[in-house]
Amino acid sequence: MWTFLHRLASPPHFYALAARLIPWLAGGAILAIGYGAIAGLFFAPPDYQQGDAFRIIYVHVPSAYLSMLAYFVMAVAAGIGLVWRMKLAHAVAASAAPLGAWFTFLALLTGSIWGRPMWGTWWEWGDPRLTSELLLLFLYFGYIALRSAIDDTAKADRASAVLAMVGAVNLPIIHFSVEWWSSLHQGPTLIRAGGPAITPAMLWPLLAMIAGFSLLFGALLLDRVRSEVLVRERRARWVRNLMYSGQEPS
Amino acid sequence: MEILSMGGYGGYVWTAYALTFGVIVLCAWQARRRHRRVLADIRIRLEAAESGK
Repeated sequence: MWTFLHRLASPPHFYALAARLIPWLAGGAILAIGYGAIAGLFFAPPDYQQGDAFRIIYVHVPSAYLSMLAYFVMAVAAGIGLVWRMKLAHAVAASAAPLGAWFTFLALLTGSIWGRPMWGTWWEWGDPRLTSELLLLFLYFGYIALRSAIDDTAKADRASAVLAMVGAVNLPIIHFSVEWWSSLHQGPTLIRAGGPAITPAMLWPLLAMIAGFSLLFGALLLDRVRSEVLVRERRARWVRNLMYSGQEPS
Repeated sequence: MEILSMGGYGGYVWTAYALTFGVIVLCAWQARRRHRRVLADIRIRLEAAESGK
């Protein structure tokens, strides 16, 4: 187990392993998202209250879930990097941030588009779920800005890791916001006492989309970490050998 | 046509899906572009080091 982890943390080994994993993750993502989108748009029955507008759930919920998953990955990786001084972990944290920011933006956007016909408004200031998700976007922006403001990579890693870990308190706030405070946002559909409150024909496309978004995140994250590892190791012998081996660009 | 109208919510539903797939494609393109740029940058450095010898 430990030898496996040590090999995984070695940049050249990780670089090669990630290249082999990405096509499988991307292929799985395309299949799952393709099925989920088609089944969600055309085969799931319309909601008895929301009609066909509820179909936005199949892009909104996976985006919102990914916005939080990316932050969780970022904060945990940053913590590992800080405690065990593992450079690869810092590379993972730095690579998760732009992806998380994009999917937070998407969750806010699709939520707004859903809110307009259902609540009669694009946005509601002071709503706990909406505000905490917007705060998540600003946390990503702050993290990215802090990193780019510090030239020394090791210092940027440490400073941004502290920010990532402190900001993680926002994750339970986002999740429980609809239960702790009154919100326009509907309550949890999947993760709730008594099991998912949704019929199977509606549930399966949603689960496929969530799985597909997770695989997509894995593929995009590994691709970005590979670039990040190259930048950090640009003076290392293995990178030079790689360039002269003629195997790159891949 | 009935499918496209989505019970009158077509504009909202299709916009949400289009934005989602747009962001997915953009993220994939950005990741690939970054990888290409990093490789090109390293190649330039290596060539500069070679010619400097």
